[in-house]
Amino acid sequence: MKDNVKLMKGNEAIAMAAIRYGCDGYFGYPITPQSEVLETLEAQMPWETTGMVVLQAESEVASINMVYGGAATGKAVMTSSSSPGVSLMQEGISYLAASELPALIVNVMRGGPGLGTIHPSQSDYFQATKGGGHGDYRLIVLAPSTVQEMADFVSLGFDLSFKYRTPSMILADGVVGQMMEKVVLPEQRPRRTEEEIRRQCPWAATGKDNGRTKRNVVTSLELDSAVMEKNNERFQRTYKEIEKNEVRYEAKYTEDAEYLIVAFGSIARICMKAIEDARKEGVKVGIIRPITLWPFPYDAIREAAANVKGILCVEINAGQMIEDVRLAVSDSVPVRHFGRMGGIVPNPNEILDALRRDFIDKPANAKED
Amino acid sequence: MKDEIIIAGFGGQGVLSMGKILAYAALENDLEVTWMPSYGPEQRGGTANVTVIISDDTISSPILDTYDTAVILNQQSLDKFEEKVKPGGVLIYDPYGIHHVPTRTDITIVPVDAMEATIEMGQAKSYNMILLGALLKMRPDVPVEAVVRGLKKALPERHHHLIPVNEAAIRKGMELVKE
Repeated sequence: MKDNVKLMKGNEAIAMAAIRYGCDGYFGYPITPQSEVLETLEAQMPWETTGMVVLQAESEVASINMVYGGAATGKAVMTSSSSPGVSLMQEGISYLAASELPALIVNVMRGGPGLGTIHPSQSDYFQATKGGGHGDYRLIVLAPSTVQEMADFVSLGFDLSFKYRTPSMILADGVVGQMMEKVVLPEQRPRRTEEEIRRQCPWAATGKDNGRTKRNVVTSLELDSAVMEKNNERFQRTYKEIEKNEVRYEAKYTEDAEYLIVAFGSIARICMKAIEDARKEGVKVGIIRPITLWPFPYDAIREAAANVKGILCVEINAGQMIEDVRLAVSDSVPVRHFGRMGGIVPNPNEILDALRRDFIDKPANAKED
Repeated sequence: MKDEIIIAGFGGQGVLSMGKILAYAALENDLEVTWMPSYGPEQRGGTANVTVIISDDTISSPILDTYDTAVILNQQSLDKFEEKVKPGGVLIYDPYGIHHVPTRTDITIVPVDAMEATIEMGQAKSYNMILLGALLKMRPDVPVEAVVRGLKKALPERHHHLIPVNEAAIRKGMELVKE
């Protein structure tokens, strides 16, 4: 066994990767099924090694505002929570976006609405991708399906966030948060020095240094509507750039596919098992797994759908991403949804059954309902 | 090689730990592995189960509906999982506290008197290791040596002095499986 291959939970991998990225601060509040992020950080005590701050705040509202404060000074800061906690953070996330601040937010989703259940769900897709808070803003949303991606997306999330000066989110769920599998953690990087932050983040509130005569002011408030419109136009230009450059997805078995599954995160893996089983029976099913939920891989889905008889959108929710899939193909192909709710995760057989029910066993000339 | 395993019983019986030690052993043996627990408030008293998949190839779904191997520690889990063992699969269970024994004829059913052996050995906490031994006998996915190395990883250092006791329990479990 290679020494650098570890066995750990997805939540633990997030914590370990954050330390190794050179993250400056974590602010969070415990909630199942993501509590291991904070627990692992507390156990690792990175304040004694890299100098990273780890703080259990009094609430999620406090956490996200601590993130705002840290981000405003150019630090690489993050928080994590699960669905109800992330709902509490929405105001702060909107403020981060409006103040053009980089930050990483992790949502290990559980079943809602309300306090809901502690079991896995993907029902925060709308909240994450369509703006859970107020105003015209977007988050870069990364959807990991393996423990390795939980680790890798910490640095990806931070890097994209700093590149575009906008917050990014890792949208995971209770499956990938709680499961253990192999992971190779990134190399330990040093935290950036104050000098590096001043150089790389000239917008940050670092005081009147290096001969600067004016203080940087970080705020989301702008009472002059003409200026606020200009600000919005700038945000939108950034979002266009992100849409152009940062779409990520994984495609498998799409070349000869008769049917296409679109699924993200943990359920995409469960779909892979269903696809393997279907192919053993001679039914050619392919899959597109969006990795960035925003920006969404519209073009990839449109291209993959060109020669298929139908698309099954599998999500652990009542049908949210299906709206983007339908937009991608302009309803030129029948698109159906299959999902479970309330913390129940579909198993591979159920997915295969849904595929049979909606497409395979349906006569080609059957009337659409 | 691929073994899709469900381990199920009461919370507190060491179900998740047994799975974890097996998973670490698979890691030690350079195999692919996933460990997916039923997490939640069932930590003690309620039912707990864990799905462990060991394979020499990439593992897709960590969640399954049917299993190659089931290790069952109580009646509720037996009722739930007996039907979910694939034809030709293996069901290992401890008859202690079982009123309705498994009846399927298309799978190999292996009763292991683990509770009895635990009492005999005077090591109540090595109960799950006896069943792990039985599992390793029936499904030699990983060698016992890898499991002992796995124990070192799965257990905090302050418990390492208990490794010989655990190893003895594993070997006892292997013996308990009748040829």
